[in-house]
Amino acid sequence: MNCNLMNPKNLTKLTALGLCVCLLAGALTGCGSSSGEVSEEADSDVVELLNVSYDPTREFYEAYNELFTAYYEETYGITVEVTQSHGGSGSQARSVIEGNEADVVTLALAHDITLIEQEGMIDEGWLDEFDNNSSPYTSTIVFLVRAGNEKDIQDWDDLLQEGVDIITPDPKSSGGACWNFLAAWYYFLQQDGSDEAWIKENMRQLYANVLVMDSGARGATTTFVENGQGDVLIAWENEALQTMADYPDEYEIITPSVSILAEPSVAIVDENVADHGTAEVAQDYLEYLYTDDAQRLIGEYYYRPTNEEILSEFSDVFDLDVVLCTIDDFGGWDQAYETFFQDDAIFDEIYNS
Amino acid sequence: MKKKRNRVIPGFGLTLGITVTMLSLLILLPLASVLIRSFELTPAEFWETITRSNVVGAFRTSILCALIAAAINCVFGLILAWILERYEFPDKRLIDGMIELPFALPTAVAGITLAKMYSDQGALGQALNRIGIQGSYSRVGLVIALVFVGIPFVVRSIQPVLRKLPASCEEAALMLGASKGFTFRHVILPELTPALLTGFGLALARGIGEYGSVIYISGNSSKNGTQVVSYVIMQKLNSGSADYVGAAAIALVLLAISFLLMFLLNLVQWFSARRTR
Repeated sequence: MNCNLMNPKNLTKLTALGLCVCLLAGALTGCGSSSGEVSEEADSDVVELLNVSYDPTREFYEAYNELFTAYYEETYGITVEVTQSHGGSGSQARSVIEGNEADVVTLALAHDITLIEQEGMIDEGWLDEFDNNSSPYTSTIVFLVRAGNEKDIQDWDDLLQEGVDIITPDPKSSGGACWNFLAAWYYFLQQDGSDEAWIKENMRQLYANVLVMDSGARGATTTFVENGQGDVLIAWENEALQTMADYPDEYEIITPSVSILAEPSVAIVDENVADHGTAEVAQDYLEYLYTDDAQRLIGEYYYRPTNEEILSEFSDVFDLDVVLCTIDDFGGWDQAYETFFQDDAIFDEIYNS
Repeated sequence: MKKKRNRVIPGFGLTLGITVTMLSLLILLPLASVLIRSFELTPAEFWETITRSNVVGAFRTSILCALIAAAINCVFGLILAWILERYEFPDKRLIDGMIELPFALPTAVAGITLAKMYSDQGALGQALNRIGIQGSYSRVGLVIALVFVGIPFVVRSIQPVLRKLPASCEEAALMLGASKGFTFRHVILPELTPALLTGFGLALARGIGEYGSVIYISGNSSKNGTQVVSYVIMQKLNSGSADYVGAAAIALVLLAISFLLMFLLNLVQWFSARRTR
């Protein structure tokens, strides 16, 4: 070896390089934080807001952001620039925990927001911060079948027939899929709540009919609609209605007799808004979701408005007769997760047997 | 130390420093954090996590499909490299460039496209169906996706070796009376074996950990044996519990398997290189 690491000259060089790297890193992070401060101070009339949301809300929030910024500029003279981020609800929650600087989160399940709360980034009691368990819109689970409904699927028990191919995502990876599972469970619970073995057997049959188990709700819709797989897609009502609007004659929506009230929750990420100085705008952004204008927009994008009056305006869009259970019937999300979806819980038991 | 001045590129200390820093920041530190995370489990918990039936099944699926795909790639990669190096034809450069498309194309795009083409509604899937093979949402689909992502590794490993192997070697063998098959087996193949093994190893390692391209075509069913390891890791992270530690444990095993495979391949390569010398 000509060049020995222990050679003092080389060692000096290495040390110098190490220092350079440290300085560079320091300078870069320094730049980052200082430029952040500058933008806050200088642009007092432009406020940036990051809304971290889940997949199917993309179109709705694009429209809502326009509505909100127009209102805010008119009322307060403040220009708000809202940036959207979409993805699977669980992975979005994880990205916020890992440092995605979200000001507000609008996720599919309260449980995902609880995960952020557990990291201390959202204050306790967020669920009661806004009306209706902090859910400005709700949705439910319905069936999407191909036009003609060849397999004559009307309710959950029709899914058990032999030869019915079901498309539903994986509850161990997708929040939406958990709602699907719980809605089906609740149906069989209503039929005979005393016999858990019987419920499990029915659920086992149902999941034996699942043809493709995608990792998320959007993926399942793609598999059913684009790739033409399966006879029935267990889907979010808003996704199903959107598909109907896109392909009017190709599909039918079947609303089962019993389903579940899915309450996608919204929350302010307290730690981040404190850093950004955006607490007020974030609060207004989420509160405005409950106004009549926003509630109507919600309905137009096929979510159920939580404002009863406005919901009734959309009675021709939504089947309002369906019996809806809520997550409270399962003891809340944490309980439901433990009972059904964690490793070796009921889902593993019925699916792997 | 005087010899050092003769080097074309000076500054061994600086370049080594950069290399070590980059390696540490980008490879060693993240890998170490996987290791440390998984140590949060007791040995018993660790063992339970990695021997769960769906995890073992996922490992079996990933390794088996990656092995088959890498083997297929070796055969077709060799043919492709041969054609590109030994023949002249119009648009050769275009085809040569296309080999790298799987590197350039986002794997998720490839995955979605393949899933659609090979589903029983897609053109190619219908053809496969006719001979009784299910394309998408089966292990066949997994292999198809892995062949797609793996092929450049094999072609690009073999090409330079073939280029350096003069055609006169083959001619000499033929002149001395060797049959074509004999020439291929005893003159060409021994020269190519190390490169072929490298390509095989790279394609295999990539295949075992592949996520984007396989996730849409696989169907992700633990029951049908179409769940891959990378999916199980994502499942752990995405699920309501955000199980980092369990994910890290599985990732560690994946890392160990990849490492072992690469090590074995290098060993074989080393032996074969010694034998031919």
